[in-house]
Amino acid sequence: MLKRLRESKSMQGTFLALPTTLWMFVLLIIPLILTLIVSFGKRSPDGNVIYTFSFDNYARLIGISHTCADGSATCFDPLYINILWRSLTLAFNTTVVVILMAYPLSYFIARAKPAQRNIYLFMVLIPLWTNFVIRVYAWMMLLRKEGAINIIIGWVASLLHLPFTPLEMLYTPGAVLVGMVYEFLPFMILPIYTSLEKIDGSLYEAAADLGANAVRTFLRVTLPLSMPGVVAGTILVFVPVMGTFVVSDLLGGKQVILVGNLIQRQFLDARDPAFGSAASLILMVMTLIVTYFYTRKFGFGEEIVAA
Amino acid sequence: MSSEFAVELRDVVKKFITPEGNELSAVDHVTMQIKNGEFFSMLGSSGCGKTTSLRMIAGFEWPTEGEVFIEGQPMGHIPPFQRKVNTVFQSYALFQHMTVAQNIGFGLEMEGVEKSEIKKRVGRALEMVQLTGMERRQPKQLSGGQQQRVAVARALVKTPSVLLLDEPLGALDLKLRKEMQLELKALQQQLGITFIYVTHDQEEALTMSDRIAVMSKGKVQQLATPVEIYERPTNKFVADFIGESNFLEGVIKEISKDEATVYVPVLNAELKGMPMSPDFVNGEEVAVSMRPEKIRIVEREADGDTLFKAKVLNSVYIGSDTHVYVDMQGARLKVMEQNRISRLDPSSFYSKEQMITLLFMPENTLILKKG
Ligand SMILES: Nc1ncnc2c1ncn2[C@@H]1O[C@H](COP(=O)(O)OP(=O)(O)O)[C@@H](O)[C@H]1O
Ligand SMILES: [Mg+2]
Repeated sequence: MLKRLRESKSMQGTFLALPTTLWMFVLLIIPLILTLIVSFGKRSPDGNVIYTFSFDNYARLIGISHTCADGSATCFDPLYINILWRSLTLAFNTTVVVILMAYPLSYFIARAKPAQRNIYLFMVLIPLWTNFVIRVYAWMMLLRKEGAINIIIGWVASLLHLPFTPLEMLYTPGAVLVGMVYEFLPFMILPIYTSLEKIDGSLYEAAADLGANAVRTFLRVTLPLSMPGVVAGTILVFVPVMGTFVVSDLLGGKQVILVGNLIQRQFLDARDPAFGSAASLILMVMTLIVTYFYTRKFGFGEEIVAA
Repeated sequence: MSSEFAVELRDVVKKFITPEGNELSAVDHVTMQIKNGEFFSMLGSSGCGKTTSLRMIAGFEWPTEGEVFIEGQPMGHIPPFQRKVNTVFQSYALFQHMTVAQNIGFGLEMEGVEKSEIKKRVGRALEMVQLTGMERRQPKQLSGGQQQRVAVARALVKTPSVLLLDEPLGALDLKLRKEMQLELKALQQQLGITFIYVTHDQEEALTMSDRIAVMSKGKVQQLATPVEIYERPTNKFVADFIGESNFLEGVIKEISKDEATVYVPVLNAELKGMPMSPDFVNGEEVAVSMRPEKIRIVEREADGDTLFKAKVLNSVYIGSDTHVYVDMQGARLKVMEQNRISRLDPSSFYSKEQMITLLFMPENTLILKKG
């Protein structure tokens, strides 16, 4: 046995992959199967799961309702579809805003002198040392009616003798977007920076030598070569934004409910794990579909992952 | 063409501030004139300022002092793309996200050349570097030699009047490098374009160039044809750097026209009829330089006039030649002998401690400043 193991390359490979495979199985495959089983179940009156094989939870998610206002047996209720759609658009908007903010910043950092570059990168990373939830609370302090932003605007307004009523910023979709952008900006900056920093300086000289001005060099050389970073960053931002509930919970209040919040509430407040499981799987499938089509078009940003 | 010279550097200085904050003259009062249609090389060891000189011609750097002229026009701060020169970069600097055809067509596209015309000219450029049919490949699907050709084609398609090449063959293995040397030279002759070629490989420079500028520490040590550089180095640095040289100390005893008689203490003899440049004076201490392959081992008695006794220290067989290290009254010399006969018989080698006779022909020796 040992002798064969020593001689066979493919057996060595299998053997080496064993621990990882085991962990994958225990931590990913088994919970996924359990979730799938539960999602076909029903909520018992005392908040437990009755194991059956019914698609009711999925039907409910896509809008087939049995509690209709007009008293009929079934009707269409877009409640959950709206939540899914809201999550999707928010994730999309967040990603777009984050790309637009991160790209110029990364470009600036990559073009800075090496010593300064490290300082800037350090500044990008510092917020990550503080817990995510605490930083969201900080945003609450800033955005509140009596918060720092309103105080400053009010102060400026009073100096200019303008009338001012404090802005309602907290618990709006805008606040959730701001929070998401803030949370995920570093995850876009770092991969884009890495891909920009890796571009060989002689390519810029070659472009100049061949007659390209700064704008065309950027569009034809810099941008395409940094796309792997943008792609990697997009995946790193889009996927978690689809699933988080902390930001929307704290900054969106009851106004902005996302799939993440929906799932969380099913497991905690509503005590309906079966419905929560179905929602989790729908979220997963939706994220997978979007990522699949996206990566089919742009690749995985392999060069960044490999770096 | 408005000028006899394709490129001229007039007293050019380039200073850099090193990371330690010191001032460094990477290029130090360099003057050279490169003729139209010439294959011109800058040769020197790493850090001697070759790349910096080339980059000033290309327009990536601007001289601190002096002026670069291209076709007689002073370049001042004219940017790279407004100069009729193009560069082949050492790392090739190919755009990895473009195909071979897109790489080569890039420069034409920037000029606003029509699509169909670009296609035609790219096709012709590929033919020129023998890569027809590779249009749609990605650069990373090509071998090093092929990438090198793409880089050459990309620069040549712009029809520059001068092509600048910075150690373009540095990354290739020896055999391919020799092939590419001949190919580049043939291409240059066929196109009649001026090539300015940077290399640290003396054999490469000697093989390809019409003229060579040997550089050291930012200065031009000698600028001449390959034959002159090798046969008539003008100073000890060049004699030592190009090929190999043995140096003996000597004193000039007599000068007549362009010949001299030099007394060499270690030989305890006067060498007569040595070729000499006019800037030496009687009684001056000089270095007498001899190429190892120009010293001959002969089967005669030493006579102390042109024949001298020496003791063999070591002999090294290197295939085509045998290198014999000898001691001549305390002076160590290297002698190279071609293996015209088979050396399979061990007795055909010189043994250690063996006494042999060396022949110095005065016309094969050189008098150089002692410095
Ligand atoms: N941008 C720069 N900043 C500071 N020093 C430089 C710079 N470019 C080159 N040098 C220095 O100038 C000298 C000559 O460099 P270079 O022209 O590249 O030499 P070569 O091409 O002959 O090897 C080296 O000592 C190098 O370190
Ligand atoms: Mg160099």
